[in-house]
Amino acid sequence: MGLINGLKASISRARDRLFADDEQKRIGIYGPPNAGKTTLANRIARDWTGDAVGPESHIPHETRRARRKEDVEIKRNGKSVTIDIVDTPGVTTKVDYEEFTEFDMEKEDAVRRSREATEGVAEAMHWLREDVDGVIYVLDSTEDPFTQVNTMLIGIIESRDLPVLIFANKIDLDDSTQQRIRNAFPQHETVPLSALEGDNMDEVYDKIAEYFG
Amino acid sequence: MPETKDPDDDGVQIDLISGERMSGMTSMEKIRMILDGVHEGNIVILEEGLSPDEESRLIEVTMTEISPDGFNGIEIETYPRAKTNDSSFLDRLMGKESANKLTVIGPANQIETLHKDETLISALVSRR
Ligand SMILES: Nc1nc2c(ncn2[C@@H]2O[C@H](COP(=O)(O)OP(=O)(O)O)[C@@H](O)[C@H]2O)c(=O)[nH]1
Ligand SMILES: [Mg+2]
Repeated sequence: MGLINGLKASISRARDRLFADDEQKRIGIYGPPNAGKTTLANRIARDWTGDAVGPESHIPHETRRARRKEDVEIKRNGKSVTIDIVDTPGVTTKVDYEEFTEFDMEKEDAVRRSREATEGVAEAMHWLREDVDGVIYVLDSTEDPFTQVNTMLIGIIESRDLPVLIFANKIDLDDSTQQRIRNAFPQHETVPLSALEGDNMDEVYDKIAEYFG
Repeated sequence: MPETKDPDDDGVQIDLISGERMSGMTSMEKIRMILDGVHEGNIVILEEGLSPDEESRLIEVTMTEISPDGFNGIEIETYPRAKTNDSSFLDRLMGKESANKLTVIGPANQIETLHKDETLISALVSRR
């Protein structure tokens, strides 16, 4: 046990040294269901690589597997940062298949989706503990940010000392307010944007380069 | 776990678990105790809550136990942390930032949070 862990640690140290120069940071996109995580991941991927990460949808839990887009090179002020983007399923503490039947889904389909959703959330938690180097936490700025899941997730991210940026998404909507989000998480930088309309993406990329470069 | 309730009894069992009792348990033991209680329809109240890492594992294990027409997850509430959060990594390492926050956990289909702020959590608990 100790030996294997020691070995693992030294292998990972060696790997870290090997890749120290062009070290690829894996950035996890987290946040509640429907905040716009996939829309954002797709926009970033399209802007810098030309293709998308996965389907966006108004149906919660459309993303039921963590999806990774590798080698996204973001050029900023003559410098470039290369990151892997990981789009994750929205984290929640409950999944009821009946939520899906509201979207005109057959029971069998709804049951399958909810099972995939629970697996996806478990996987996303695992990624957070083991496999990401930084986090973009996406919130829908028309909604109340003071939820238990947001508080817990931010707490988990802080306890792992991961760099984190909070994105206040959907600023194109009339009832959007960034201030609520700033008040909820004053210890972190909040960046307003519309992933759908592409508003304020310059600042988004500046901050990504600054925090994760 | 404490004695389980009489199956004929249609009341709601509440387990208040002291920090002292939790301090001797491993993370997995705590999670098991919480989820076993919640599976039985109990409301579990932790005097001292869980660490962020334990919360993360609790979510993960909860997800693996959800089944259609059966258990559909948990509702969990703690007081929000103080807004002036400037504790450093060192503080946390030294255990200065205690997880000392009352935490209420119940079956998602039986507990509904009515109101929550820094000093009050108000929840509605229904029988099964
Ligand atoms: N108005 C508006 N809608 C958005 C924005 N970003 C995402 N959406 C919509 O919100 C819904 C959920 O988006 P999605 O990216 O699938 O959310 P996810 O569950 O967090 O991955 C979709 O209907 C999107 O079109 C935005 O910036 N503004
Ligand atoms: Mg998604």
